[in-house]
Amino acid sequence: MGRLITWAYMALLYAFIFLPVAVLVLFSFQDGRLPVPPLRGLTLKWYQAVLTDSDLMAALGNSFIVAMLSSAMALFLGFMAAQGLARYHLPGSVWLRGLIIAPMTVSYLIIALGLLTVFNTIGLPPSLLATGIGHVVINLPLCFAIIYAAMGAQQINAERAARDLGASEARVLWLITAPMLRPSLLAAFFLSVTFSWDEFIIAFLLTRFDVTLPVEIWSMLRSGLSPKTNAIGALVFLVSITLLLVMELTVFRKARR
Amino acid sequence: MTADVRIDQISHDFGTFTALTEIDLTIKAGEFIVLLGPSGCGKTTLLSILGGFVTPTAGRVFIGDRDVTNIAAKDRPTTTMFQDYALFPHMTLLDNVGFGLRMRGQTRRDRDAKAHQMLDMVGLDGKSQARPHELSGGQRQRVALARALAVDPEVLLLDEPLGALDLKLRRQMQDELKSIQRRLGTTFVHVTHDQEEAMAVADRIVVMNQGRIADLGPPQSVYLRPASLFSAQFMGEITLIPATAQGQGLATPLGELPIAPVTDGAQTLGLRPESIGLSGDIALGPARLTDAAFFGTHHRCHFAPIAAPDLTLIAHLPQQPAPEVGSIHPLFASAYVVLI
Repeated sequence: MGRLITWAYMALLYAFIFLPVAVLVLFSFQDGRLPVPPLRGLTLKWYQAVLTDSDLMAALGNSFIVAMLSSAMALFLGFMAAQGLARYHLPGSVWLRGLIIAPMTVSYLIIALGLLTVFNTIGLPPSLLATGIGHVVINLPLCFAIIYAAMGAQQINAERAARDLGASEARVLWLITAPMLRPSLLAAFFLSVTFSWDEFIIAFLLTRFDVTLPVEIWSMLRSGLSPKTNAIGALVFLVSITLLLVMELTVFRKARR
Repeated sequence: MTADVRIDQISHDFGTFTALTEIDLTIKAGEFIVLLGPSGCGKTTLLSILGGFVTPTAGRVFIGDRDVTNIAAKDRPTTTMFQDYALFPHMTLLDNVGFGLRMRGQTRRDRDAKAHQMLDMVGLDGKSQARPHELSGGQRQRVALARALAVDPEVLLLDEPLGALDLKLRRQMQDELKSIQRRLGTTFVHVTHDQEEAMAVADRIVVMNQGRIADLGPPQSVYLRPASLFSAQFMGEITLIPATAQGQGLATPLGELPIAPVTDGAQTLGLRPESIGLSGDIALGPARLTDAAFFGTHHRCHFAPIAAPDLTLIAHLPQQPAPEVGSIHPLFASAYVVLI
């Protein structure tokens, strides 16, 4: 009896989490004009429509480029900041650390408004570059926090040994610190990619002609619900799931060993 | 390649804590030196200054004829074998050992050849493709040694390298370290708090206490003729008896002993346990055996002299016959040291 309840509870929990996604995916196959019950039959035509829509594909490409480049930048800056604050005792280290993490607590809307003002002042027009910079701003604290937490005495000792054997600081970072932190670096990078990929508000306020995928989806939604948007959602979900599985099978499995 | 090391008036402070005070020490090329002392005596700080990890507050360090005081670790002709090994966990043993050569710009072929040779020297060439986590503590130790020696340093620094090993393995590694050092002729500077380890490997021992050198010399002289009360006590068990000069002899609670005083006033007579026995040159008078324990090679005995029952003499008596607690024996000393 107790066993049954626990299993039922687990089923309910998963249903709660995955029902929206399941419904979304199901109605992306809707053979009709509206992604709402009843299900009138199954078709792949909406997927075809998505994949042949050049605006959508361009937005997808933009999102990919922004996610990759901004995450790489956030990772690099976060890593250097973490290394600096973990290795050297600076006056007010605690405050510096807090200051780096602080943007995590600020809403994306506020950050976007702030960036918009700054970019206006310095004359940087709304663009993918501006959005990318915005994504570095929101992901850098995350990368910093993940990497900083993973640094420990083991690295410090190995770095010291590497210097003792003649390694320059750059080679210490590249050959010792980064490889030893590989699982955390990958986790930080992939999380950043996911956040950038999903991010709407900053992208919405900081892009104009070339837009990222969430902004494109939003402008499609304005003209009403369509199974086509469901199909995009399903594809994005597929990409996220694949990324997650790849991470689970490579990074985290190795980290656990 | 090997070089002498000259430490000239080195002092070092950590904030308000004085770690080293005006240390002067010359280490000959090819010498095996042990820095010995309790924790906090400054021995590890001195080693860090030699390795280039700490810049001293005052004084200079010379290796060969070169002033290296302000030269960073990576550019010094020294390498260190660290206490926690500090192997690179993401590299094979071969790459670990070849790392220093890689930093010196050697080709993979050259550095692999040398790394194989070094691993062979420490008996681990069969595991060259293994990673550090697959090894036992003793094996990691050997890889750390091979890695530090692969670049042919002029001076090898060893920071309590055997501390984490069990007794048997420690003895074995001490012998290996000594024989490798003899073979290569490299100057070794070894830090430990274990006086037996120091005596097992050192050509000369530097006993340190509170940031100063308390004694300096070959193991025999430091043990048998210590220069200070501190080094006498640190080098091993010793019974200290207060004494004053009286003519050509010493007045002690045991009576007047035919031992030449070193000064006019108060002084201390030191007797090692193995120098006290049932026969010898200097009669210490009768004493009652109050406690005894069998240590394998000897019986460790506590004696209360009849003349001074409050005093405890610790003596090592032979395995046979077993001493009987409560019995009274005439005791003799065969060797002694008098200190101020």
